[in-house]
Parts: sequence; C-alpha cells; structure tokens
Amino acid sequence: MRRMTYEQALALALHQEMERDPTVFVYGIGVPDHKRIFGTTNGILEAFGPERCLDTPIAEDSMTGFGLGAAVKGLRPVHVHIRVDFLVLALNQLVNMVSSFNYTAGGKVKVPLTIRAVAGRGWGQGCQHSKTLHSYFAHIPGLKVALPTTPSDAKGLLAAAIRDDDPVLLLEHRWLYWADEEVKAEPYTIPFGQSRKLREGKDITIIGTSWMNIEALKAAEILARRGVDVEVVDPRTIAPLDEEGLLASVLKTGHCIVADNDWSFAGFSAEIAAMISERAFGRLKSPVTRIGFQHVPCPTVRVLENAFYPNAVTIIRAVEQKLGLSPTDLAGEDFYSHERRFKGPF
Amino acid sequence: MSEPGLELYRKLYLIRRAEEAILRYYPEDDMKTPMHMSMGQEAAPAAVCQALGEDAEILCSYRSHAPFLARTGDLDLFFAEMYGKVTGTADGKSGSMHLACPGKGHLCSTAIVGSGLPVAVGAAFANKRLGRSTITCVFFGDGAMDEGAFWESLNAASLFKVPLLFILEDNGLAVHTAKNSRHGYGRIEDVVKAFDCGFYQGSGDDAEALLATVGKAAQDIRAHGHPAFLRVECYRYLEHVGINEDFDAGYRPRSDYDSWLARDAVKLQREKLLARGQGERAQAIETEIDQAVEAAIERAKAASLPDPSRLTHGVFSCAE
Repeated sequence: MRRMTYEQALALALHQEMERDPTVFVYGIGVPDHKRIFGTTNGILEAFGPERCLDTPIAEDSMTGFGLGAAVKGLRPVHVHIRVDFLVLALNQLVNMVSSFNYTAGGKVKVPLTIRAVAGRGWGQGCQHSKTLHSYFAHIPGLKVALPTTPSDAKGLLAAAIRDDDPVLLLEHRWLYWADEEVKAEPYTIPFGQSRKLREGKDITIIGTSWMNIEALKAAEILARRGVDVEVVDPRTIAPLDEEGLLASVLKTGHCIVADNDWSFAGFSAEIAAMISERAFGRLKSPVTRIGFQHVPCPTVRVLENAFYPNAVTIIRAVEQKLGLSPTDLAGEDFYSHERRFKGPF
Repeated sequence: MSEPGLELYRKLYLIRRAEEAILRYYPEDDMKTPMHMSMGQEAAPAAVCQALGEDAEILCSYRSHAPFLARTGDLDLFFAEMYGKVTGTADGKSGSMHLACPGKGHLCSTAIVGSGLPVAVGAAFANKRLGRSTITCVFFGDGAMDEGAFWESLNAASLFKVPLLFILEDNGLAVHTAKNSRHGYGRIEDVVKAFDCGFYQGSGDDAEALLATVGKAAQDIRAHGHPAFLRVECYRYLEHVGINEDFDAGYRPRSDYDSWLARDAVKLQREKLLARGQGERAQAIETEIDQAVEAAIERAKAASLPDPSRLTHGVFSCAE
C-alpha cells in the first residue's frame, strides 16, 4: 500500500499498463506538455518516449476516429480530454463509429479504446468546462462508462479500461484529484458492473456518482450524529450497471436518493429511479428522490454557481424530508468547496 | 493468373456483374438494404486493390460494393449480407451501407460522409507502429471533402506520416449538389500539395493507367514515409441511392453519362485485352464470373436468416 492522490493513482495505473503492454499508448491535446493533464500523465513521456505519449492537433472528433482505427489494428490507445465538454466534439466518432464498429463487423473485432475526460467545477469553469454527461454516453449501446470516485477505484478502473477489449469512457471529477488514501501500489483491476458500498447504513440508501459521493458521505457523517444511519453506494460504472447491488441496498433500507453529478432531467438519476420503481415498488417506504444540477447551463459567478450545484446540505434536507425529521442545525458545519478541498479519508 | 491486365479485368467484371445482378434481383424486394451503386466507379477500387494486393487495407463510404468486391472478391459474403443471411459478413446487421470484413482487408464502410477517414489514419498509424507492410486505403467521394473530418485527417496523416492512401472518387457530386455550390477553393491538387502528402491523379475510365499510378503512389508512401492522395475523376451512372437512372431529375445531363459510357472502364479494359489477343481468356473469366454470381445469389437466397437471439451478439467483444 502507498498513500497517493487520485491523480497519482491515475498516472501510476497508466505507467504500469504501458510497462506491462507495449501496445498501450496515450495521446490527446496537451498530454505530454508541462502540465501533464493535472499530473495524470506525469513521467509517461520520460519513461516511454514521444512515440507512446503523443500530443495531437485540436481535432477531437478525428482523433477519436484515429483511436478507433489504431485500436482495431492492434494497439491500445488511451485518449485524454482535459474537459468532458471537449469530448462532445467527438460524438460523431463515438456514437456512429466507435460504438457500432464491432457490431457491423459481425462481432469479430476488438476495440480496446480507452477515453479519459475530466469534469471541471468551480472558480468560474462556466458552462463549457463543467459537464459530466455520463448519461449521454451510457445511452449508447457499445460504450462502457466508468466514474471512479476514490483513488483506489481510479487506479483499478483505469487499468481495467485499458485491458478491456471494448471502448470505455472514464469520467473523472477535477475535485476528486486532491483526494488521497492508501492505494495498492501493485497493478490490479476492478471489474466493471460492480458497485461499491462507500458507507454501510440501514436507514436510507444514497446512490451517488462521482463527486456527489463526497457530498453524500459528508451528509451521512452529519446525520449520524443524530442517529440516522445512511448507506452510500457508488455504482462506479454506470454501463454496465450493477442493478443487483444497488437494488439490494434499497431493499434493505426502503428509501432511495440518487445524488447524481449531472442534470436530473432525462439523466442517469431518472434511469435509476425507473429501475428501482420497476423492481422494488412494493418495498419502497417513499418514492425515489433525485438530486442533481439545476436545469440551467452552469453559470460562472460563484454566487450563482453555488445555487446551481447540489451539495451535502441538499442531501441532508432530502433525507430529513423522507424520514420526517426536523431540520438539522447546520451552524458551524464545515462543508467542502473549491477552497476547502476534500482530501479524504474515504 | 498473373497477367495484370487480365487480373484487373477480372475485378472490374466481377464488380459490374455483381451490381447488374442487383439490378435484376433488387425489385424482388428481398435485399432490403439501401443500395448506393458503384456502377461507373469500378476502376479506382479495382486498380488500388490489384496494385497493393494483400497489402491493401481498405475503408470506404456507403458506396461500398466496388471496394468490397475489389478487395475480398467474395461473392458469397457479399450477396448473403445483402440478403441479410447468416452466411453474410455480419448476420445482415451491416447490409450494403456498413459492409465490412476486417479479416479480409475491408475494415469498414460508413454511412456518415467522411467518417472513415480518421479511422484510416489510426489504422495506418497502428500498421506503421507494428511494422506491417500494409498500406491503408480510404475511399471517399468529393462530398466528404466538405467535412471537417477530411481536413483533420489530411492534417493528422501528414503530421504523423502514416502509410495511408487517400482515394478521392471525384464524381463531382455530393448526392445531387455540384462542386461549385460547395467548394470555396480551386483545385484540390493545390491544397493537398501544401501538406506533407504525395499527390496523384487519374481518370476512372482507364483502370490500367490507374494501376500504374497507384503503384507510383505506393512507392512514394514507402519511400518517403508519408501519405499520398489519389484523385480519380469518375462518373456515377445511377442515382445517389437506388438502382435507377435519374437524368430526368435535371441536375445533370444525360450527355455526360453518354460520354462516360462510351469510354466505360469495363468495356475499355475488355477492348485492350482483345487488342492483345487475350479475348479468349477474357471470355473465360466472364463465363466463370457469370456462373459464380448466379451461384452466389442462389446460395444467399437459400441461406438462413439470423435467429432473433443474434440481435445482442457482437455489441461488445468481451461478452458473448
């Protein structure tokens, strides 16, 4: 075990996979530059050279098709986007080519393409540097979508994505990069489609994605002081989705909140709410509650941004409402922000 | 058979006869897949695939018949896929527009204009990295040059110096829209030459001349370690999609067709063989292919449709 941050865990996983398999290469806009994608490609250029650590033209769509071609012909490309918003430029290749390539080839090819993209937030990221959009991608058959929350999961899911013979998107929240914990230093993978219980509880289930798990854990910590026992479950990959794991938790507690790091309307939280109501309707003590971004573009100014994002307080109020509790006094509570970074532990 | 002129004729004739069979059988309405016919545009795929042989790895647009047959020569896979049968390339999941057989050198056909271009750059990149002698060949129409993917791919291929042959099948039309309504530049030749990319051109009426030109382009790619661009002027005989003529629509005159038909590539190649005293061998090829086409259609018709359980097969490679 070694103490490392989320970004160090990503860099280590990439390094280990590139060492293990000479067909792995990493590319994308700014991948080898001095900032190294927030440090997640640190040491790669030095260890593996420019042949396997490539900068590219600013042509997201074509560079995605490029990855597809390289993957089909025997390489294992890792394409990196410093913002998820830029990945939208690649939707043609992703949705029309990458996702269906194997299907139209009669299921005879492998498309081991990994795409990493960072979801930004805070300090004026505004409406074009702050999207997560995981439900966009999960909507398309043929794409796998992972949203690691912890450094350990980031390391294991990136390694699994690189070794997977199908296209995988890994969406990473910028605020999680500062988190650190004890991580297994040697290579390992985490299978897709297995949720993870971040906190065991018996009163209410919160299904969180990405950063919203941190808010959920904070809410759970505060609510625990008044005897409310919250379970936090992280799906980790939303395609494939561990329906059984999520369902088991909801069947146990009878209450479900989906705290999604995205807009709620037509989003992943709606998918979970539908699944839970289809499969656990008679066992629910309250309807599924959804928490997500306000349905507006993300604003730049802080005061509006604060109103845009849900947080631990939003979650606490939702729990109170579901369980018929009086409002918790939150005076003196210290919540996470851009300045007050979450660092762990999990 | 090693004589290049005869071998080229074999490819040209195979493509033409297969498509003529489509004209005959399509009205039965059992091939339920939109047909973008190659008729009139056989020469470039035939010449490219002959010149490069097993080293050719091709990608093309929805006008896929000629490239597919030129590369694979496989009438059974072709017709079975048109009929949506289990003996096709993809259980009928691809049909005419997405025809692909990576195991036989045909990586993909795409129904989104220009979308195969970047994939070709990546495939060529992998081939170079893995030390293969393959030259990736991407066929596209002049409509694809209006797409960002074209310019991005030309740039990336030149930058990464990949063994890639761009083949512009320049029939002057994007569906029904002429070049002068779409292009804000003059000759593509001048544009391409600004990149680190060889430029070649030829005409779709003379397949043998094209064969020599492709040979030069391939030599350029191998010698200079950069991509090359081949512009082939050609003419689409039929409508954009479907099996009919559309000269009554008014967007192009029949006289253009007549002048191209007078120097039709299949006919021209046959005449060359006759002039060389190879008429008998040409005729033997024709007889063989005529029978092969009919037999392949018969087998395709007789083959089974996919079981509905095949619907979910092949979405992912990891889970069957």
